[in-house]
Amino acid sequence: MTPNAQPTAPCTPVSKPRDAADCAVTAMVEPMVRFQGVVKRFGAHTVIDGLDLAIARGEKLALIGPSGSGKTTVLRMLMTLERLDAGVIWVDGEPLTQVQRHGKTVPADSAHLRRVRGKIGMVFQQFNLFPHMTALKNCMEAPITVLGLSRREAEERAVDLLAMVGLADKKHHYPNQLSGGQQQRVAIARALAMRPKVMLFDEVTSALDPELVGEVLNVIRKLGAEHDLTMLMVTHQMGFAKEFADRIALFHGGKIEEDGPPATFFTNPRSERTRQFLRAVLEGT
Amino acid sequence: MLWEWSYALEVLPPLLRAAAITVEATLLSFAIAASLGLALAVLRMLGPMFAWPLSIFIEFVRSTPLLIQMFFLYFVLPQFGVTLDGLTVGVLTIGVHYATFCAEVYRTGLENIPRGQWEAAVALNLGVFTTFKDVILPQAIPPVVPALGNYLIGIFKATPLLSVVAVLELMGTAKILGSESYRYVEPITLVGLFFLIMSLVSATAIRAVERMLNRRTVG
Repeated sequence: MTPNAQPTAPCTPVSKPRDAADCAVTAMVEPMVRFQGVVKRFGAHTVIDGLDLAIARGEKLALIGPSGSGKTTVLRMLMTLERLDAGVIWVDGEPLTQVQRHGKTVPADSAHLRRVRGKIGMVFQQFNLFPHMTALKNCMEAPITVLGLSRREAEERAVDLLAMVGLADKKHHYPNQLSGGQQQRVAIARALAMRPKVMLFDEVTSALDPELVGEVLNVIRKLGAEHDLTMLMVTHQMGFAKEFADRIALFHGGKIEEDGPPATFFTNPRSERTRQFLRAVLEGT
Repeated sequence: MLWEWSYALEVLPPLLRAAAITVEATLLSFAIAASLGLALAVLRMLGPMFAWPLSIFIEFVRSTPLLIQMFFLYFVLPQFGVTLDGLTVGVLTIGVHYATFCAEVYRTGLENIPRGQWEAAVALNLGVFTTFKDVILPQAIPPVVPALGNYLIGIFKATPLLSVVAVLELMGTAKILGSESYRYVEPITLVGLFFLIMSLVSATAIRAVERMLNRRTVG
């Protein structure tokens, strides 16, 4: 697939629906996120090699795999932190980084990018909280400046979310006054304050001391139980992936080696690479 | 006697009036240097479209003497129909000259912001303006305040150059007083003292600002 290849999804702004009934059917099954022939290179090194992957609405997908296999790049491309070299990423039926103009597919302008990106939230390995703002201010900044909420509305929303992640009493603390686990919970609340439809978790427990991992995973569990969010998570926590995800995808060399529901993925993997990886990971724990 | 108190007291009032001009010129120049420097540093980050011409401009201004720049604006511009008074020329030249140095200082501050901060701003969908105003600059500026403060003192010490464009600042006034009475010891010594006192006051003020900013950042 070349960068100029025509995106081929029905019922989107770039391609006209064939008829109303057709559109209604596809809208029901249309995935929340779809990678279509996505390629990403860093110099001569191909990190993502023609990725095709669809994530259904409300699906919880865990991306696992050896380091350098491209799983984090998948999240970063979806968050527009990395450019694609080829292919299309569809979000909620719209291409993320391209638009159709005069019958041609061209790179999207920043207004389009911001509109589509608004459906996605991301939590980072290193938290990336704004150090000069309190927990509350971290959660209020974007709702006020991007969504146009009033200060009062933004504060109500932020307070609710901080309570949800169990940090109601820490709202006036600065990030450096919080533990890693608490900072990561603030980061989750901050992302949720934008009411995304898709949440990306990039190794969110990897920078934490072992005793702090549980509190962050509990928040994600709660999120999964209470909200109908589509979630993509890159994780090394196999136990959590098995228990929480609807589907596990193993990355290898920029491609999906194998994916499937946790029940069969862990007990009866099809590929030899998956078996090797699982053996290596389980030995390490 | 080398030092005459009566003469020193006599020249004090005109020197104090001149000191006010010096302070005024310093503050105005610094305001230009600090704000234009920030604008240059930020624009340079926004892409090659700005970066190239700005780098050339900055290099040019930094590499030519302040005195020549001042002469040029004061004596050459009127031939193109642009006539500015001495203080305006002085303040503009010193301000723009030091802005190029301040731009480098801001650049260091901006480059020290971890990439994760920019990425978090993208993930939260913040616009470029908000990202700079609310996220990046509040973190990038406090650490460079001491360096900016050095330039404040540098600007202050550059103000005697204003005397070449007929502004009666401290040093120029002292020279005139000296040439009238043939006594240079008192006026020049007093000028030196003024500069010393004002530099010390500025340094203290900068440290106070620094402490205030640190308190805010650390919480």
